[in-house]
Amino acid sequence: MTRRIFLSLAVALFGAAAIGAGAAMPASADQPFIVVQSTTSTQNSGLLDYMLPIFTKKTGIEVRVVAVGTGQAIKNAMNGDGDVLLVHAKPAEEKFVAAGHGVSRHDVMYNDFVIVGPSEDPAGIGGGHDAVAALQKIAESKSIFASRGDDSGTNKKEMRLWKAAGIDPMQASGTWYRETGSGMGATLNTAAGMNAYTLTDRATWISFNNKGNLKIQVEGDDQLFNQYGVILVNPKKHPNVKAKLGQAFIDWLLSPEGQTVIASYKMDGQQLFFPNAAPTS
Amino acid sequence: MARPTPTAARGKQVILPLVGEGIVVARGGRKLLDDIDVEIDGHGLTTILGPNGAGKTLLLRVLAGLLTADRGRVLWAGRRPDRTRFPHLGFVFQRPILLRRSARANVRYAVRAAGRSRAESRRRAARALAEAGLDHLSDAPARVLSGGEQRRLAIARALAVEPEVLFLDEPCANLDPASMAAVEGMIEQARTHGTRIVLVSHDIAQARRLSDEIAFLHRGRIVEHGTVHSFFTAPQSAAAEAFLAGRIPL
Amino acid sequence: MQDFSAAFGHALALLVALDPDLMEVVGLSLKVSLTAVLCAGAIGFPLGAGLAVARFPGRNALVTLVNALMGLPPVVVGLLVYLSLSNAGPLGPLALLYTPTAMVIAQAILVIPIIAALTRQTIEDLRIEYDEQLRVMGVGPLHKVATLLWDGRYSLLTALLAGFGRAIAEVGAVLIVGGNINHVTRVMTTTIALETSKGNLALALGLGFILLAIAIGVNAVAMGLRATAVRSAYA
Repeated sequence: MTRRIFLSLAVALFGAAAIGAGAAMPASADQPFIVVQSTTSTQNSGLLDYMLPIFTKKTGIEVRVVAVGTGQAIKNAMNGDGDVLLVHAKPAEEKFVAAGHGVSRHDVMYNDFVIVGPSEDPAGIGGGHDAVAALQKIAESKSIFASRGDDSGTNKKEMRLWKAAGIDPMQASGTWYRETGSGMGATLNTAAGMNAYTLTDRATWISFNNKGNLKIQVEGDDQLFNQYGVILVNPKKHPNVKAKLGQAFIDWLLSPEGQTVIASYKMDGQQLFFPNAAPTS
Repeated sequence: MARPTPTAARGKQVILPLVGEGIVVARGGRKLLDDIDVEIDGHGLTTILGPNGAGKTLLLRVLAGLLTADRGRVLWAGRRPDRTRFPHLGFVFQRPILLRRSARANVRYAVRAAGRSRAESRRRAARALAEAGLDHLSDAPARVLSGGEQRRLAIARALAVEPEVLFLDEPCANLDPASMAAVEGMIEQARTHGTRIVLVSHDIAQARRLSDEIAFLHRGRIVEHGTVHSFFTAPQSAAAEAFLAGRIPL
Repeated sequence: MQDFSAAFGHALALLVALDPDLMEVVGLSLKVSLTAVLCAGAIGFPLGAGLAVARFPGRNALVTLVNALMGLPPVVVGLLVYLSLSNAGPLGPLALLYTPTAMVIAQAILVIPIIAALTRQTIEDLRIEYDEQLRVMGVGPLHKVATLLWDGRYSLLTALLAGFGRAIAEVGAVLIVGGNINHVTRVMTTTIALETSKGNLALALGLGFILLAIAIGVNAVAMGLRATAVRSAYA
């Protein structure tokens, strides 16, 4: 009797697993798809969830986004584990293409960064429009600053600003300068928890739901400009790359239609991304 | 319905005559079995009798092929024991080892291990359990049975393969009188049926009740080996005399 | 504190509405982890039983290794599987990266040591208990292993459940090899990580409660099994 119970249980489980395994396999035979390596901040802004279905409806191409840190996205693309790279770290992107990992780099859109901080504003930077000056004040007052510390596009922008301010925050790492080594959302969580200043892209900030005591203190500086670039992974280096489908996606992003879609994405009534692809002649 | 006769009666002997020659088992410099010669053949029941620590269980295990002696040898029908002939014997340990299954499944397991078909195992198990008075417990988990029931089940399991020789190690240890009577009944029935029985006991009264032959073991040596009658009426050794008289044989 | 009550509310609302996204994510979690555990069992049971029964030079070292591998960090397993399945790696041509199959592979690797170690312990204890009786019945080595496996069934099933608990709760491995792709490789744990990173803590916690309920359910089944086993003295 027990044997029958065990056997039927085993059969049921195997059956469920088999069906599950079958169903869990993506319907790759049915629908063409590409893999886009992008960043967590892009994902978290909600732009991709808004934009990609429109592309898929038009072309029938499914877009699978792997959203990781910028460094990991670039590394994955170097390994050929993606067809398209969509990040916001121009110097790194140009190096990527120069090394032959990508075909060519194109501007797609930009958004901007803001410096957020506790409403008490211990560094006294609130309402300012000068990012570099703000960082100097934060360093002088030794106010807590949370950095992503993960070599992402955001992080690289932050380090360039510190350099322009003539400050090496690494000397203070562990004291008022706290490196979280995490994505934007995780870093914002940490900043909210520590009542710290931090640099974030506006898109992530607006859609972030755990702002706590933080608010925007500095914005509108040209230096806080955040440029996105899109690159096709080089099929000559990685024959598995779906060059045609990937290029179709890039072409759409850069086309007037794609650019309009990007501009039409709003959160809280605000436009988050500003298309700036070179006009296709 | 004619009952199938045991292998011995059918004339195809694979274990008997059971011979031990010069068996020595030593542990830590001490000889637990000291140069034992013994032969077991024919019909009936032999009791290996002796006080605790005499080496009775050890000797039983060596004869049954479970343990290899350090010196000397054991012969089954003229050849050394081997795995293929184990299904021709039955062995009941002092504490029954029952599988985590029903009583019936335990018996069927032994029959299947002896090479019988599934249908045969079902038949034999039903009969064995009925003869042991356990058929009402056929589907019960073997391990929740009482001590006496487990002992009867272990014996039923051993007998279900129609063994040529049945070995029993202290089959009535720790049993209440009713269970003891039931177990002895099963042993007696097997003996009548023709199964050669070798049992280990320290119970003098039981040896007298059941045995045809006594091998008296004292400090690792067989000091007496003869019919039950001659052992009880005229013991040859001082140790046997002391044991029978109820003194501690040192 | 209001996050907790909000979390309960979220969880309840999603469950009651049978929210399709939630169902999809829970379904994929269950499929991936169940498949992984069954594969791990297929490999772990014979491996554990073999280790319990066989004697060969280096056996003790292997047993120690298997026990130690129970503590494999999921993120390390994820990284190793990623490097193998990556297009820059040896198994790239299989195109398994970022698919549920990759997730099953990673979780199976994680779970095999658990099942093998628990199986070995169970079978070894049983072997010590049964060895002489099986020997005296003339049972051969393969039949012996089969007998030990069946008689240890309750403990082995508990081992499977332990493996399942580990698989369904981990996030490090599936995140790296699956890529947390929406509608393709997003499971409960990676969704919780994602929602947390978006600051949607109440929603993340709500999902966490659902995951917790599944884990508790699995453990309840395991305890029920043990009770049945003990009742029949099959433990």
